Amino acid sequence: MQNEQRMAYLVSHPDEVKVVSKRFGLGATSLDRYLELDGYKAVPKAIQMGADAIINEVKASNLRGRGGAGFPTGMKWSFVPKQSPKPKYVLCNGDESEPGTCKDRLIFEHDPHAVIEGVMIAALAVGSKAGYIYLRGEYRYLLEIMERAVADAYARGFIGKNIFGSGVDLDIFTHSGAGAYEVGEESALMESLEGKRGVPRIRPPFPAVVGLWGGPTVINNAETLASVPHIILGGGEWFAGLGTPRNGGTRLFCMSGELERPGVYELPMGYNLKKMIYDVSGGMVKGKTLKGVVPGGSSVQILTPDEIDVAMDFDSVLKAGSMLGSGGVIVLDNTMCIVKFALRVTQFYQHESCGWCIPCREGTDWMKKTLVRFHSGGGVAKDIDNLKYLAENMLGRTFCPLGDAAAMPIVSYIQKYRQEFEDHLNGKPCPFEKAAEPVAV
Amino acid sequence: MAGSFMRRIAVFMADVTLTVDGKKLTVPAGTLLIEACKSTGIEVPSFCYYPGLSLQGACRMCLVEIEKMPKLQTACTTPVAEGMVATTESDKIKQARKSMIEMLLANHPLDCPVCDAGGECELQDMTFKYGAAESKFMDMKNHRDEQQWSPVVYFDRPRCILCYRCVRVCGEGMDVWALGVQNRGSGSIIAPNKEDHLECEECGMCIDICPVGALTSGAYRYKTRPWEMKHVGTVCTHCGDGCKTTLGVRRADTGMQIVRGDNRDKSGINGDFLCIKGRYAFDFANNPERLQQPLIKRDGKFVPSTWEQAFDLIASKFQEVLASHGPSSIGVVGSNHTSNEENYLLQKFARLVLGTNNIDHHRTADFPALASALAGKKDATASMRDVFNAPAILLIGNNPTEQHPLLAWQIRSNVRLHRAKLYIANSSPIKLRRQATAFVQIAPGSEGAFVQFLTANDAAADAVASPQLTREALSQMRDALKSESGLVIIFGSELRGSDVTALVNYGLSLGAKFICLGDYANSRGAADMGLYPDMLPGYAPVSSATRFHEHWLDEVPTAPGLNLLQLVDAAKAGNLKALYVVGSNPVARYNIDPFVLSKTFVIVQDMFLTETAASADVVLPVANAYEKGGTYTNTCGDVQMLKKAGEFSGVRNDFECIVRIAAGMGCDVHKLVPFGGGGTRADMGQSRGAQSGESDQHAVWLADHNLEPKMSPYDPVAMLDEIQRLVPGYDISRLGLLSGHDEHTQLVQITGATGMGHPELVMPANDKLFTSGTLGRFSATLNTVMERYRTMPEDVEIAAGYDPMVRE
Repeated sequence: MQNEQRMAYLVSHPDEVKVVSKRFGLGATSLDRYLELDGYKAVPKAIQMGADAIINEVKASNLRGRGGAGFPTGMKWSFVPKQSPKPKYVLCNGDESEPGTCKDRLIFEHDPHAVIEGVMIAALAVGSKAGYIYLRGEYRYLLEIMERAVADAYARGFIGKNIFGSGVDLDIFTHSGAGAYEVGEESALMESLEGKRGVPRIRPPFPAVVGLWGGPTVINNAETLASVPHIILGGGEWFAGLGTPRNGGTRLFCMSGELERPGVYELPMGYNLKKMIYDVSGGMVKGKTLKGVVPGGSSVQILTPDEIDVAMDFDSVLKAGSMLGSGGVIVLDNTMCIVKFALRVTQFYQHESCGWCIPCREGTDWMKKTLVRFHSGGGVAKDIDNLKYLAENMLGRTFCPLGDAAAMPIVSYIQKYRQEFEDHLNGKPCPFEKAAEPVAV
Repeated sequence: MAGSFMRRIAVFMADVTLTVDGKKLTVPAGTLLIEACKSTGIEVPSFCYYPGLSLQGACRMCLVEIEKMPKLQTACTTPVAEGMVATTESDKIKQARKSMIEMLLANHPLDCPVCDAGGECELQDMTFKYGAAESKFMDMKNHRDEQQWSPVVYFDRPRCILCYRCVRVCGEGMDVWALGVQNRGSGSIIAPNKEDHLECEECGMCIDICPVGALTSGAYRYKTRPWEMKHVGTVCTHCGDGCKTTLGVRRADTGMQIVRGDNRDKSGINGDFLCIKGRYAFDFANNPERLQQPLIKRDGKFVPSTWEQAFDLIASKFQEVLASHGPSSIGVVGSNHTSNEENYLLQKFARLVLGTNNIDHHRTADFPALASALAGKKDATASMRDVFNAPAILLIGNNPTEQHPLLAWQIRSNVRLHRAKLYIANSSPIKLRRQATAFVQIAPGSEGAFVQFLTANDAAADAVASPQLTREALSQMRDALKSESGLVIIFGSELRGSDVTALVNYGLSLGAKFICLGDYANSRGAADMGLYPDMLPGYAPVSSATRFHEHWLDEVPTAPGLNLLQLVDAAKAGNLKALYVVGSNPVARYNIDPFVLSKTFVIVQDMFLTETAASADVVLPVANAYEKGGTYTNTCGDVQMLKKAGEFSGVRNDFECIVRIAAGMGCDVHKLVPFGGGGTRADMGQSRGAQSGESDQHAVWLADHNLEPKMSPYDPVAMLDEIQRLVPGYDISRLGLLSGHDEHTQLVQITGATGMGHPELVMPANDKLFTSGTLGRFSATLNTVMERYRTMPEDVEIAAGYDPMVRE
């Protein structure tokens, strides 16, 4: 299989609790193999249960959105009106683009049918007849896997007319993005899916009421939906018990940085971050020490080494001054320049800002311009405060969370590593780069 | 979202009470907070919010604090809620707004001293208010070179603040969809959807709506600073819709030169709207070919003369012809562009001084048929404002997008904002069908049969049949129309005579109101003022017009005169000895061989040496409608005041010319123009408008109390007095008129009479969006635009698009 060679290298650790990842590496892309591994058992069960029972089970599981915001999934589903003059939709958000995050990719790669099952169960729960699986543009090769899985499921009659003899019709479509981080935002994703520019919508109304094509829409992260079949089969209580209170289940953590064993590990919610780094991932590469950790994808605040003794669930990380986000744990070592890191992160957001609103469009651009100059030695003292001023004035004032995502980390870098910024001043080259050339200002 | 907001305002909803800055106010539920604030006098700043266009929430200027909400909220996207407590000014809000301005200015070129918008720029005003005076950034700004998108639209990218107003007004408002957004992030730019140029209606709405100087007008850019102009609100002199246009005038060698047209105060019947003609085609007034002194033809060549020589010659010639050949040997042709006062004066001059009914004008619609069909029924005509508010509209014939751009805008906006139902019957697939609830494409020339079909005559369906039409669609439209209340029926010149009567009878049974579409700025006025050989003002037959006979205290000929075509025949036969043409170009319009007029003494009053003027014996250079006072009646019957904006040295206005000729013939001018008295002067802005741009408040007061003495025989207000006394339907509010409002007249025929309209004489001008009869030929802008479109394939309709920013 030509895709096999591109498949991600899988890692494992005894502490792992394999739920979503339980079929990884077992060839579950093949429908027959998937069926051997308890595939398509959750959907018939869900049909038996009925809509209300499904929602109650998901509520009981304490499953929270894996995209980053951590909104309780069962509650989200219950917001969808029972009666609607317009068709209802279920959307799988597979626009995984947060730097440091690579979990959905593994799910699509190894267990595409689990996503399909998740979409189907969500559709049954809210009474929708159509589901869309939206993959980010860069995941084109995963689209092939996903499309094949959907075709296989259609061929067996798992989706389409009268699924599992229930009398319910359900169609599932795949759709590829065109390469925009912004469409990971749910309303922008819907715009994109409708064929428009990927810019977010004004809310309220929220998607549960007015979503895709104006119909009530459930939109969930791929990992969230892939967890659902397991909840239906194993029960909400079992799933909730895997994690901490109000943070049910397990989570795919994407460990990156100068670690001995980086990779995606499925660990229970509330697993200790320090342990995650030093035990699960095997600690820092030899000769390097820890400088800071970004615990939930590039858009969250950085944690210093003495702040990382924290349980990795939504509430604990928030208390520690950062966010669990998308589960992308980025580890910075002592050879990494924080200014360069800030620049790289800002470059990303500047590139990905959709340009809709002033603070994000202009703010990210000027942060980037300032940091480019700053990092190459052209910084002046007021730049540091200007950067902070820019970021602080973006926070909470942008049209969608992208502006916050770009601003929050910068504020935290400056707060926690100000000295390093000051070390770049007065035409000095970056202390971390051997041959950095100062620029004339 | 936009859609749901529009629906929300369209439906009546209960009131909610909220508190803004400590003020309690009650507004209808669903009102946006920003509008609620406005209603109580609190201004919340915004760039992207624009009433009537879809919501954006993009500029983040309207951020306000709302209790129980942790973040600042955009007032432009937040509907009010019961018990809401909002604060619109606080340190936090001020800082938020200041930082938005700082971020905008960071990349803004700050070329205010040379920017067209300098002094009229919303970004400047906000900067002034929120004091973002310090430049925090030292890196390079993002620059892109200026682009020319069309003859009239230029785009200066760095100045753009991406409020998307232009994109929305072009798409949602104009249904043209020529603009979009390209790239993303800081690279986002407004761009034409046709790569590097616009294929559009060249209305310039995008320029007007731009809060900064990013979109500038090809006709105006870099010509002046806004504060060097005086701004005079007057009425556009092109099509029959009667848009208010605000002309910016500046002193020039030739007088007061018009340098800009826009609709800056949005107070007219057109609100936001102006089309290419209203906005740019004032430039005929500055055309170098304009005549500046009277011309008298001697030995086949025009020789400049003094005004006195010219008036003397004309007066003596008229007297000579009258003595030798009698009044029936003189003909008069009036204009669709001269004011009501001038038209009224002209026909009075013809009938009283020349003693002839040989008077006509270029008829573009059968107004007399409508007047007689209505048979004195009041409130049966719709105003231009009604078109925006009517729950349902039936449009038969015409193509308003080309011929009546404002009417098309009103219809589109009504459908978009009020969900009005639009029914269209037309022989071609006109663009407005895209807004139509139902559209039937009927066979060319079968508009009359369509009316017959509406009146339950099934046999007429055969005549209407076309390949694009099903019988079912026809019947469905007829059935649907039956249940429409508050219908406005709009019809073009395709319907005349008995067809109009049939339509009116049909419409009146539904309680409908009517609009008859005439082509030029004062076509309706010319008809109302009696520029007909068989009708006096108010469509009164010449034979039985006691009202005028009594008032004019003189003999008025009671036999119908010759119409325009008969005048030409008379000239051919050598029986027309003198022809007086005021502001008209019949030679070109009716394709008359100039040789036909060689035995006739022809007097022409015009701005240019038109085909008619070229065959004249005397040409008097006159002012156009932008250079004088008076009133215009638009095709719906809305009367508006003209204000003097421009001034052109050497010319006089038609009113004065007519009076001078009459005086030269020994006529007692008081009989013609009821002026006189003593004391104060009030001159309809003749002398003051250009200087102050304001209405003459003293005159307004005097007029309202009937105290105003008219000092001059050239004062059109004196004529307006008489019109208001004698012409039925014109008893409108003078105060409203003088304050710049539009006053709707009733279309009332004094004495019931039918068959006066002579439908066969109606000749529609068939102007396109970029043409405007003879006048349009002298507009540089229209010529440039047409030149460009000539190279494009014809009749390519602008594609119906969706706007990426319109969210349902």
